Amino acid sequence: MAAASADRADVPPVTTARLAAEGLGAYYGPTRVVRDVTASFTPGRVTAIVGPSGCGKSTLLRCLNRLHETGRDARTTGRVWLDDVDVYAPDVSAVAVRRQVALVMQRPTPFPTLSIEQNVVAGLQAAHARPTADLRAVTEDALRRAALWSEVSHRLRARPGTLSEGQQQRLCIARALATSPRVLLLDEPTASLDPLSVQKIEELVYGLRDRVTVVMVTHNMQQAARVSDETAFLLHGELVEMAATTTLFTTPGDPRTEAYITGRFG
Amino acid sequence: MAVVVAATAFAVSPLAALGGHLVREGGAALHWSFFTALPAPVGEPGGGMANAVVGTLLLVSIASLMAIPVGVGAGLYAAEHRGRPLALAVRFVSEVLSGVPSIVIGILSWEFVVRPMGHFSALAGAVALAIIMLPLVARATEEMVLLVPSALFETALALGYGHARAVVRVVLRTALPGILTALLVAVARVAGETAPLLFTAFGNHFWSVSLREPVSALPLQIFTYAISPYDDWRALAWAGALVLVGLAVILGIAARVTMRHRHGRRVR
Repeated sequence: MAAASADRADVPPVTTARLAAEGLGAYYGPTRVVRDVTASFTPGRVTAIVGPSGCGKSTLLRCLNRLHETGRDARTTGRVWLDDVDVYAPDVSAVAVRRQVALVMQRPTPFPTLSIEQNVVAGLQAAHARPTADLRAVTEDALRRAALWSEVSHRLRARPGTLSEGQQQRLCIARALATSPRVLLLDEPTASLDPLSVQKIEELVYGLRDRVTVVMVTHNMQQAARVSDETAFLLHGELVEMAATTTLFTTPGDPRTEAYITGRFG
Repeated sequence: MAVVVAATAFAVSPLAALGGHLVREGGAALHWSFFTALPAPVGEPGGGMANAVVGTLLLVSIASLMAIPVGVGAGLYAAEHRGRPLALAVRFVSEVLSGVPSIVIGILSWEFVVRPMGHFSALAGAVALAIIMLPLVARATEEMVLLVPSALFETALALGYGHARAVVRVVLRTALPGILTALLVAVARVAGETAPLLFTAFGNHFWSVSLREPVSALPLQIFTYAISPYDDWRALAWAGALVLVGLAVILGIAARVTMRHRHGRRVR
């Protein structure tokens, strides 16, 4: 533990970033999935994106780290700012963007051929970011931040297939954190999990805010209310409203938001 | 119930009879010299098929070296770009090619390797075997890669892997046990091929590991000995058959083992 905190002192100061979408649109072929979204995600806070199924929440999230464009016939319009860099500028590489803006998928996706330990450092090794010597320290730090260390510290060489689904998802969060991203995107990270695992991940996400800007897609409004500081409501690919979570859930400014949160549709 | 048992017994009995006869006849003629000695002239006792064993290993190795990179590459392409014209073409050609009788593939190799070279050669035999392996490897790779969840590939991209690195390190690596199984099956299949070797590798009663020279192979030697009028040669043909079947069984078991060695629980 003492060694871990000593290592932590060497980690560069927290660099949460301001992430902002400006006139962002996303297409699959001719179909427009996200329409002209302009939104700013505040550093050091958790922003939830809520909305009915198929409203473009996940696609919006995948545009923020340029993953959307890897899909077939997929394209994006508009800009996304990471502090003062337009991530869609021609001289910015998508791979470099994804190393700073990490994404955790809806279902756990540990690499089945790698051990737990190798999974955690997979992103780091892809980037050749650090010498091998402190991989162990990075592994421990990332697993601690993902609240998984005590459960796996004695079996780091085991395959992730031996973990429960909730543990696998926390492993995926640890893997994303290990690269020290400035923004963490979570795409319905608890959709496939049991209530206890959901609670663990919610606590974990809330605790991450200090060191990374978090944007989380969820279709569960209680979850948004529990873990987020700000909430954005998306409908048919359009950003209807974005406000402090307490404001949005108590005094929504748009009748469509009110209809959705009071359960009249969606 | 009785009908099912009878039908099963009827279906299994030829296999059991063959197996029994093979072990009895082949086992009697199988001595250590089979693996160490060259074929002996007619009338001389002893002799073996060492050159044919080595020849089969040579032919199968060279065929694998040619077929595996091309087949894995084609299968990967077909899986990654499924629906595109070239990917459909790869799949269509693989399907057609795997239905072509092996002797026809032998003719192909004769036309494009033996005729230009002017003589039979191990290379021509290996080319024929490689063409037989190719569709097996390509189809298996395609199917195994398609089984890898696309979320795994996207996760790699999201972690900052480049496209090629994500394909090789994550997708191909995850599909590897299945692909290895298919490779072992493909090797077992071509190790027993006779027809396409008759007029390509041709056979050779002496040592040769040169790609430019004709080379012996177990099925060729078995063929030559089995149709001969000499009892000791026919006994050696049985021994050869036993070795060939043993090889197929070992490869089959190895394939099962690699299949079972999949990693933990499957990622859904």
